Amino acid sequence: MTLPPELAAEERRIREVAAGYGLDFFQTVFEMVDWKEMNTVAAYGGFPIRYPHWRFGMSYDQLSKGHAYGLHRIYELVINNDPCYAYLLKGNSLVDQKLVMSHVFGHCDFFKNNLWFAPTNRRMVDELASHATRVARHVERQGFSEVESFLDSCLVLENLIDIYALYAPKKARPKPQSAEEEEAPQRAPVRFGAKGYMDRFINPPEFLDEQQKKIDEEKQRPTRFPERPERDVLLFLLEHALLKPWQRDILGMVRDEAYYFAPQMLTKIMNEGWASFWHSRIMTRDILAPSEIVDYAERHAGAMVVQPGRVNPYKIGIELFRDIEERWDKGRFGKEYDECDDRERKRKWDTGLGLGRPKLFEVRRIHNDVTFIDAFLTPEFCDDHQLFTYDFNPKTGRKEISGRGFHQVKAKLLRSLANAGQPVIEVADANFLNRGELVLRHRHDGEDLNPGYAQETLRHLQRLWGRPVHVETVMEGRKRRFSFDGKENESSDL
Amino acid sequence: MVQRIEIDHSRFKQIVRGAIRRDLKRHIANGAMIARQGAKSVSIPLPEIRLPRFTFGGEGRGGVGQGKGKPGDPIPGDPQQGEPGEAGEEAGEHALEVEVTLEELAKILGEELALPRIQPKGQRTLASEVSRYTGIRRVGPESLRHFKRTFRRALKREIAMGGFGGKGGVIVPIRDDKRYRAWKPRTLPQSNAVIVYMMDVSGSMGDEQKEIVRVEAFWLDTWLKSQYRHLETRYIVHDAEAKEVDQHTFFHLRESGGTKISSAYELCNQIIDRHYPPVDWNIYPFHFSDGDNWSGGDTARCLRLLKETVLPKVNVFCYGQVRSTYGSGQFKNDLDAAFPDDESVITSDIPDKDGIMASIRAFLGKGR
Repeated sequence: MTLPPELAAEERRIREVAAGYGLDFFQTVFEMVDWKEMNTVAAYGGFPIRYPHWRFGMSYDQLSKGHAYGLHRIYELVINNDPCYAYLLKGNSLVDQKLVMSHVFGHCDFFKNNLWFAPTNRRMVDELASHATRVARHVERQGFSEVESFLDSCLVLENLIDIYALYAPKKARPKPQSAEEEEAPQRAPVRFGAKGYMDRFINPPEFLDEQQKKIDEEKQRPTRFPERPERDVLLFLLEHALLKPWQRDILGMVRDEAYYFAPQMLTKIMNEGWASFWHSRIMTRDILAPSEIVDYAERHAGAMVVQPGRVNPYKIGIELFRDIEERWDKGRFGKEYDECDDRERKRKWDTGLGLGRPKLFEVRRIHNDVTFIDAFLTPEFCDDHQLFTYDFNPKTGRKEISGRGFHQVKAKLLRSLANAGQPVIEVADANFLNRGELVLRHRHDGEDLNPGYAQETLRHLQRLWGRPVHVETVMEGRKRRFSFDGKENESSDL
Repeated sequence: MVQRIEIDHSRFKQIVRGAIRRDLKRHIANGAMIARQGAKSVSIPLPEIRLPRFTFGGEGRGGVGQGKGKPGDPIPGDPQQGEPGEAGEEAGEHALEVEVTLEELAKILGEELALPRIQPKGQRTLASEVSRYTGIRRVGPESLRHFKRTFRRALKREIAMGGFGGKGGVIVPIRDDKRYRAWKPRTLPQSNAVIVYMMDVSGSMGDEQKEIVRVEAFWLDTWLKSQYRHLETRYIVHDAEAKEVDQHTFFHLRESGGTKISSAYELCNQIIDRHYPPVDWNIYPFHFSDGDNWSGGDTARCLRLLKETVLPKVNVFCYGQVRSTYGSGQFKNDLDAAFPDDESVITSDIPDKDGIMASIRAFLGKGR
């Protein structure tokens, strides 16, 4: 349903104010929905149409119950698409609707301009609708339960993608070699062209020998498959698992969707922080009527609330953006500022530089959460916002505050954000023991996998691969391999 | 057109039901479920429904938080707090817990046991009350405080007193400023049922027998609640004497006297006469015992009481005999002999926890 006239007028006003601040967004379409429609759209991740699957039903169930018990309420929902679609809940007060609209324009600007969103498909609404049609067709031909259980398996593996591959140049896949090429003359070390008398210096014999040895060694080594570890496990399965065409099609869709949603995982803090920064600025400076201040403040505070032991991305994000604006407005950065150790002077530091606004827009353009925290989290900020680290204490059986040191906090925060909070897992060997068994390797960096989940996940992986599958990881300091051979789960020390 | 989400939703519910159903016997025998008695819904852990994935293991993980506190302080709101013994065990095994309303559960139970819907009596309906928020008042619990109105009152007062110059400052509402939401009751018509549970608590009924009664009573309760919008329960315990008790006592009391079943039936009859005229009420007396009665004379008295006073008033009279080491189990035989063809008397034998399902089916399968 389109907006009623009074909301449409507000929408125009907010859009103009936002654009006046320099926000630059795709055309943004607001839809009025009732709470049932809102829950539906939210269950589908913001989209009107998805393929049929019970997990959407599950989130719908949870959302509806949460709504019925008054536990939570969805205020804003916006999707990265051109045009952007955003949903407003019917029956919300006018000030809520204005707040949501201001917030949404922040998100839309972020979707359009943040570099990490650049590779995403801006026609995702259409794409997902087409996925739905394709899955429906497979259901007709293969039967419902067949397709459903295959989808289950694909979704289990959904996080095994190489998030950063989106931003690397496309790897050229080596063409299959013809027999002739394989028989081609042996590789020799590269010789640079040189005049006779210089040859000894430009191509020193020791170096050539060394190169020759390396080439020989390489020939001796049994060929590995894949040659290099592959981070995009789903791609590897697409290309090398023995799948039927319909299965390949479904796996491909799940992978496409995973890549579409990946940038949102990479920029949770920034995206919410940016949108909150702008709704706060637009509302308080331009839009609010005096009588609306209390309602607005209550709602805003509700979104920014900090639960102990958790970091609220809205709160951290908005405060970091405000901090950046202030620092660049007052020239609080650079060598001179960093080297000043007079606290009082630092507190009053103001060179009148006034670069806050341009800096903000630069930051929203080039950073993701990891680089954002890395570059802009300061010791002062940690102090002001009472950040701490916590750890599980096995002696008392509870989580306890372990410190407030800046480096500690920063390291922990970065770790939780790295690879969007997912373990790094790659295909290490697809011909393990020369029996076509698949070995994944978890690049362990201090945190163990959940063993129960790992075992269950292997069962799904095995369905796709067909042969026995393994994952190598480290549990409590010891190397460990979990396996599933199609019948039983096993685990063994390495 | 059916909405897509409804298809997904019903498929999800179907999966949940399937999972519950596969394990219904275990869920039913699980006494922990009864801890939720009185709640509208129960959570059932269904680990097989979640989609697993490679993910970091739970408990050992630290993280970053925000707030006050010094090193060594526990994180507020950490659910693990206070149970140090168990914390390490279930690392990260956050099994999916599905909230199922008791009605849904009863429906599943009904499908599995092929229980018929009980026909409501429905000669007359009684009214019940529902609350609706309609206005504002000056007293009430803090959870119902109306934030905006309270704030406005406080602000007005501060300004009137000249304490707030519009330049900022903190507004602290005092008692007089506070406003609360108010509600009004509304009446709704309903049909009614009452269950009278009677239990033998003589020396021969052990903890195990009581547990069986407890679990069975819970499921009977759940099923009947799904059939009637308003369900009352009364509890009677008896050894040589009968008395009415509350629910907690009913399930925990342990006496050790002789057994005079007739005392319970007399009391049951009195309660019905006093509070539940059969024209308006569906009445279900359930009696659980190990079948050991004091004397043949008392048994004869019981049979007479049933035939002449109780049976004409009730929908059905159910007798469940829990097997115990000491009981003779004679009473069930006597009942069966006295009412061979009477459909309004149902007896059943409950050998152990696994017998609960069969017993429920026997009691409720007739749909009276």
